[in-house]
Amino acid sequence: MAEMLQFDLVSPERRLASVQATEVQIPGADGDMTAMANHAPTITTLRPGVLRVIHANGSDDYVVSGGFAEISAQGVSVLAEQALPSAEVDQAKYDGMVAGAREAHDAAKSDESAKTLADMIAVGAALGLAAR
Amino acid sequence: MPSLKDLKNRISSVKSTRKITKAMQMVAAAKLRRAQDAAEQARPYTERFTAVVAGLASSVGQSASAPKLLAGTGSDKVHLLVVMTSERGLCGGFNSSIVKLARARATALLAEGKTVKILTVGKKGREQLRRDWSQYMVAHVDLSQVKRLGYNNAQDVARDLLGRFDAGEFDVATIFYNQFQSVISQIPTAQQIIPAKFEDAEGASTLYDYEPSEEAILADLLPRSVATQIFAALLENAASEQGARMSAMDNATRNAGDMIDKLTIEFNRSRQAVITNELIEIISGAEAL
Repeated sequence: MAEMLQFDLVSPERRLASVQATEVQIPGADGDMTAMANHAPTITTLRPGVLRVIHANGSDDYVVSGGFAEISAQGVSVLAEQALPSAEVDQAKYDGMVAGAREAHDAAKSDESAKTLADMIAVGAALGLAAR
Repeated sequence: MPSLKDLKNRISSVKSTRKITKAMQMVAAAKLRRAQDAAEQARPYTERFTAVVAGLASSVGQSASAPKLLAGTGSDKVHLLVVMTSERGLCGGFNSSIVKLARARATALLAEGKTVKILTVGKKGREQLRRDWSQYMVAHVDLSQVKRLGYNNAQDVARDLLGRFDAGEFDVATIFYNQFQSVISQIPTAQQIIPAKFEDAEGASTLYDYEPSEEAILADLLPRSVATQIFAALLENAASEQGARMSAMDNATRNAGDMIDKLTIEFNRSRQAVITNELIEIISGAEAL
């Protein structure tokens, strides 16, 4: 039995998850990382992506965007500006998220916003939804 | 001396007023519970977020490369006051107490020779400030169409603020809102959000690896921290508004009850007086025969 770590996922509006997990796959700004128990303390910002939690009863996927993850030896807490269980993300919601990213990119026209938009479109591919 | 009919009319009108205030009180109580719930749900996020940003800020803050949002623009000439009030009235001293605090601050700043700009969130504050301060007011955020406060509302306000900050429109931003203490007490609070100020900036107890660099994370998180603080303030305000309305309506209901009692006594007295009068007339008429 693998060692467990405490996983918390909070968005500004509510706490989405608080479970004992064996591993957490985090879409970090500089690349994906997997956190397991006794990981070195790390803080990383998030890019839009799919976060996967693997726990005793299977695994859960969440679509997250914006914010950061705080990894310590005891657990992982992810503070995401937007977070939704993948199952709740349908085409309409996804369209809204892409539109938001596109709007931000149109306003800012920076490399960062372009990356955010590209990441957002990649999320759709991962979920099997098409960006319009 | 009002006639019996007048009294009767007044009693029934006060009674229907009491019904209305009672209903408003109950609606406010239900909304208060929801607003408090929302504030509670948001608390873990705000607390963790602030803790991490404060930790980062204390380690990066001293360096010369610290972002503007943390270090400030180097001057404090232009102050932006963000006055957050409610969209509806009938909530006791809720709006006036915020406006009063903001007004005192603005007067003090003007006396120091600083420039003051005012941004209002919520209709009631704008109405109260418009008379004397209209030349300082730069913008207004309308939340009257918002049914349920969401993080995106806070983001909109924050984006507006940050845009103005980047354009060099102000040096210091302070938000004014009511902190929810209990149904009977809400504390008007002024909080400086730009440049960011952290009260307990004790260094994080564990040493973290940062990915990407500390500075990059801080630059990413500081704008979000503005949105987070505004969101927290909006939620506190929403809870305070309902709390204030609830106690104001409770008072109004009680006052209406007192008034009904008083009017009923007056009504009974005058009715008795009329009866006595009639009796006297009858008796003296009989005696005269």
